[in-house]
Amino acid sequence: MVSLRRYVTRRLFLAVVTLFGVVVAVFILTRMLPGNPAAVRLGPYAKPELLAAMEKEMGLDQPLPVQFYNYLAKLARGEMGKSWRTGQPVRKDLTQRLPATLELALAATLMAVVVGHVLGLLGAIKQNSLLDQIIRGIAILGASTALFWLALVFIFLFYYRLGWAPAPLDRLDVGIQPPTRITGMYVVDSLLTGNWGAFRSSLNHLFWPAFTLAFVVSAPITKIVRAAMLDVLHSDFIRTARTIGVPYREILFRDALRNALIPILTTIGIVFGYLMAGSVLVEQIFAWPGIGSYAWMALVNKDFEAIQGFVLLIAALYVILNLAIDLLYSVIDPRIRLG
Amino acid sequence: MSVEAAALQPRVAAEEGRLRSLWRVVREHRMLLVGLLILGTVLLVTAIGPVLVPYGPLQTSPELKLQPPSADHPMGTDNFGRDIVSRVVHGARLDLLIAFSVVIIALGVGSLVGTLSGYYGGIVDDVVMRITDVLFAFPSFILAMAITAMLGNTIPNVIIAIAIAYIPYFVRLTRGEILSARELGYAEAARCVGNPDWRIMYIHLLPNCLTPSLVQATLCLGWAILDTSGLAFLGLGIRPPTPEWGVLVSEGAQNIISGQWWTSVFPGAVIVFTALGFNLVGDSLRDITAQEER
Repeated sequence: MVSLRRYVTRRLFLAVVTLFGVVVAVFILTRMLPGNPAAVRLGPYAKPELLAAMEKEMGLDQPLPVQFYNYLAKLARGEMGKSWRTGQPVRKDLTQRLPATLELALAATLMAVVVGHVLGLLGAIKQNSLLDQIIRGIAILGASTALFWLALVFIFLFYYRLGWAPAPLDRLDVGIQPPTRITGMYVVDSLLTGNWGAFRSSLNHLFWPAFTLAFVVSAPITKIVRAAMLDVLHSDFIRTARTIGVPYREILFRDALRNALIPILTTIGIVFGYLMAGSVLVEQIFAWPGIGSYAWMALVNKDFEAIQGFVLLIAALYVILNLAIDLLYSVIDPRIRLG
Repeated sequence: MSVEAAALQPRVAAEEGRLRSLWRVVREHRMLLVGLLILGTVLLVTAIGPVLVPYGPLQTSPELKLQPPSADHPMGTDNFGRDIVSRVVHGARLDLLIAFSVVIIALGVGSLVGTLSGYYGGIVDDVVMRITDVLFAFPSFILAMAITAMLGNTIPNVIIAIAIAYIPYFVRLTRGEILSARELGYAEAARCVGNPDWRIMYIHLLPNCLTPSLVQATLCLGWAILDTSGLAFLGLGIRPPTPEWGVLVSEGAQNIISGQWWTSVFPGAVIVFTALGFNLVGDSLRDITAQEER
């Protein structure tokens, strides 16, 4: 147990260091790079006195260490500045829109984990067969697919041609009221409140962007599951089980699969980055009102505090998620703390 | 590419000669062959295509707007009657130029820093590793997006932004290799005869530690194509009317829901085709090098 406590302490310490680094990086990103944020906000024809006033308002006339201190102090109070596009505090905008993105990300992860595991397992069991080669080909194709293009292709096929998908606008059909807010995820909320009209409509709207993301994200999962499963199948304990005559089916579903489930945690950590990056592209195309489309609108309007808030939120979520995964690992798999 | 793959098979190479051993590796790995064929096609079109296509990439003809694919315009025409094939072919140079520049910068900086970090260890290593931790906390596309937004929309800025996002991969890979190589006999020997540190690191160790980074570089070329076009699609970096693949997809996007699919679908398919080529080659090289080590 001593080693576990030491591992956890060290890991927590590293996460705090990384989080601090993330804050510094975001600060550097917005303050130190060439180009004056005040000048960008006012456009190229701003009068010098107007520019000076804006610099003062944004705190840009202070020395950099003072600016950094002010930034940290604001963050510590939970403030991320104000979006000049929406006129609201960035934190409020982000918390309002986060559930929509989480709902999309969770739905995509769910689909991708199922598809990735089925394909990965099949590939590993029939290693080097034609099926395995096709599966590996699909995984590489998934990794090579441009998400924004795939989203457009799906909209053309499933909305324009086949009419299966709803118009790529928002989370509900026109005229349907959002369900009572519990989690902010419409599918979950409408299910919890028994609001079937909203449930069907929101599920239908959620499915297509989630499907697009899942198509790309299932590629890395398939690869990881296939590799992990191959490792397990070639390990000594499986060979022993086969030698003493345990039926293959039983080995596969009881021993091998259970051991191959550990990589799910790893994949979720990896997939998170893909999903967040993908959300910017997919949400914009499907007009999904999450933090990804918020970031896009902030980029287009040079709304720097909003971009800063978005990037910081994603990185912080990533660090915390990976911390949680590593800690879970150390509980599940004792080999890790010994390393 | 040839030098790299041949280096993977040193023993066979001595017996059969480089070209033949290279051919053997390619024949045994179908995916490598397919990938090389794809990349060969893309490079050929990039090199000679602009001379062959009959229309200029910016040549508009309003009477021919939004024509579906035909013999005259195999990929159709866009809102301004511009020929999409011509725009795709002219765009190839820009996309490949950006991808190669990104990877050369990221590989160069990443392997130099990674070597320092792995060779000296201690506090240098700690600092470098914490910095890569921080950079890894940002999904690379989002980091590139934020940097481009801050720097402004120019081609060099796009290259810098994506390169920064990829550097940590090369730092980690090189550091790991150097860490094990510095304990080997030849490093010891180089130290004993009095070579200065920089010579041991960059002349003796680094060339022997580059294989994983070169494999990663191939994969990063594919990612760079996807990220560059993704940024352009969002309106970051390269802007219309410059013929760039992401710009083309974005320009055609509004036509998708009125049924003119060709304006976006063809340029996007070319992006995927090219990325697929790099990924197939990169993945196969990784398999081959992993086998070598066993």
